[in-house]
Amino acid sequence: MTRDLTATPVDGSAATHPPAGAATNTRVSAPPTPSTSARRTERTIGLLALVGTAATVWLGLWVTPPDKVQGDLVRLVYIHPGVAWVALYLAFGLAAVASLLYLWPRTRSLFWDRLAAAAVEVGVVFNICTLVSGSIWGKPTWGVWWAWDARLTSTAVLLVLFLGYLALRRVPAEPEVRARRSAFVALFAAVDIPIIHFSVNWWNTLHQGATVLNANLSPTIHGSMAWTLLLGFVALTLVFVWMLLVRYRIGALEDWLAANELDLALAERQAEGVAAGGAPVGSGPTDDFPTDRVGVA
Amino acid sequence: MWRDAMLVAGKDLRIEGRSRVALSQVAPFGIVALVLFAFALGPDRQTMARGAPGLFWVAVLFCTVLAIQRSVSVESSDGARDGLRLSGIDPAGLYLGKAVAVAAQLVVLEALLTVGVVLLYGARIEVPWMIAVSCVLGTIGLAATGTLYGALSSGLRVRETLLPFLLLPIAAPVLLAGTRIWQSAMAGGVPAQGMQWLRLLVVFDAVYLAIGVVLFGPIQETA
Repeated sequence: MTRDLTATPVDGSAATHPPAGAATNTRVSAPPTPSTSARRTERTIGLLALVGTAATVWLGLWVTPPDKVQGDLVRLVYIHPGVAWVALYLAFGLAAVASLLYLWPRTRSLFWDRLAAAAVEVGVVFNICTLVSGSIWGKPTWGVWWAWDARLTSTAVLLVLFLGYLALRRVPAEPEVRARRSAFVALFAAVDIPIIHFSVNWWNTLHQGATVLNANLSPTIHGSMAWTLLLGFVALTLVFVWMLLVRYRIGALEDWLAANELDLALAERQAEGVAAGGAPVGSGPTDDFPTDRVGVA
Repeated sequence: MWRDAMLVAGKDLRIEGRSRVALSQVAPFGIVALVLFAFALGPDRQTMARGAPGLFWVAVLFCTVLAIQRSVSVESSDGARDGLRLSGIDPAGLYLGKAVAVAAQLVVLEALLTVGVVLLYGARIEVPWMIAVSCVLGTIGLAATGTLYGALSSGLRVRETLLPFLLLPIAAPVLLAGTRIWQSAMAGGVPAQGMQWLRLLVVFDAVYLAIGVVLFGPIQETA
């Protein structure tokens, strides 16, 4: 059976369906709803992320002075390293650890699988942002949109590796099978990262040491610039955490929907029959519906 | 484990010996790729000779994908995979056997492609042993990763399209290392830089062979 999970609207509307067994004999479990404290945490982090990002933008664009050499271009430094930190270390590191914890029999739980999936998806977004912001900086500085610099190349390879992970996740499968498969792929990719890092460094060491980060973390940095840079890191980390939480919640709802969509559809059709004044549901034609839903779950 | 590996490798090579898929389809494809690269680079032999190391390894990578596809599809019909699992063959042995069979086919193919590169592109090889060692080490790495990903994707209906996407980025270090070793082997002299890359290949091979030997059993269960 093929199911395109991502094509299914997951906006929580599923929760408005009639609860299980109210008027029908289908067995639809309630969708997973986060606790009030979890919702509050999510909202607080989202708000903090918003405030932090706004403050970074304000400080970065208006308060801090332009750089002597780079002029206004230097303002990219307030987001580019932060985005890269989230993409390359936080997101993919978290995905690797979560995948490992899923594969470890003692800690095997779909929680880790969903967390890894959410981390990779958000990480890929941040990775693309890293490459785009780097390109925007590179064009006026190096004169090219793209240089085959070691750092750029390994970032791009990382992106391709994790796009493969996401492509694999889209292949329809039982949740456990998909989880194991994805965890293996994430693990193989994670093992490859240091090897790729070394090989690409040896391959082209042209721009080593001339990175944006090193240049601006020198002690000569202007005070407000350093603080804005730091704030950018914090704000982007918060954005990442917020997106991760939201994506995790959506992932849980997707899994729930995948397991219940046939039951939901049945309940809807039966509700239509009741509304039209048909025969009481539960006797007659309802018995013809397959009650053995092994293939659905 | 080793006995099982030899059994499985022997089986795969016997199938190849009778069907000649690698010989009559994959190897000619490799030659076609070399010819296409030549068309893409123009008739200037100097450019071709300079690009020869990279082109050789790209052709090898493409052929690896085909060889792995073949190695997986051999097991996918008539419940062969279930039969293998039921036969009590050690998963590590099964993994090594499949990898050895793929590697053996790839080594033959690389010999062919090397001749092709020398004849078609006019590549001059100054240090032949380095070429040989890089081919052996690179092949082990490609077979080790390819067999892993082959097993992982064996149950998927989208295997043909997904496998190259997953495998080729992982194998990028083999391409980088192989190309650099070839370059230093073609340049001659003391191949100090080549040795560094040979060590990288050894690490790559060891890491993925170890993963395969340890994890092939659980990976099979996901298929």
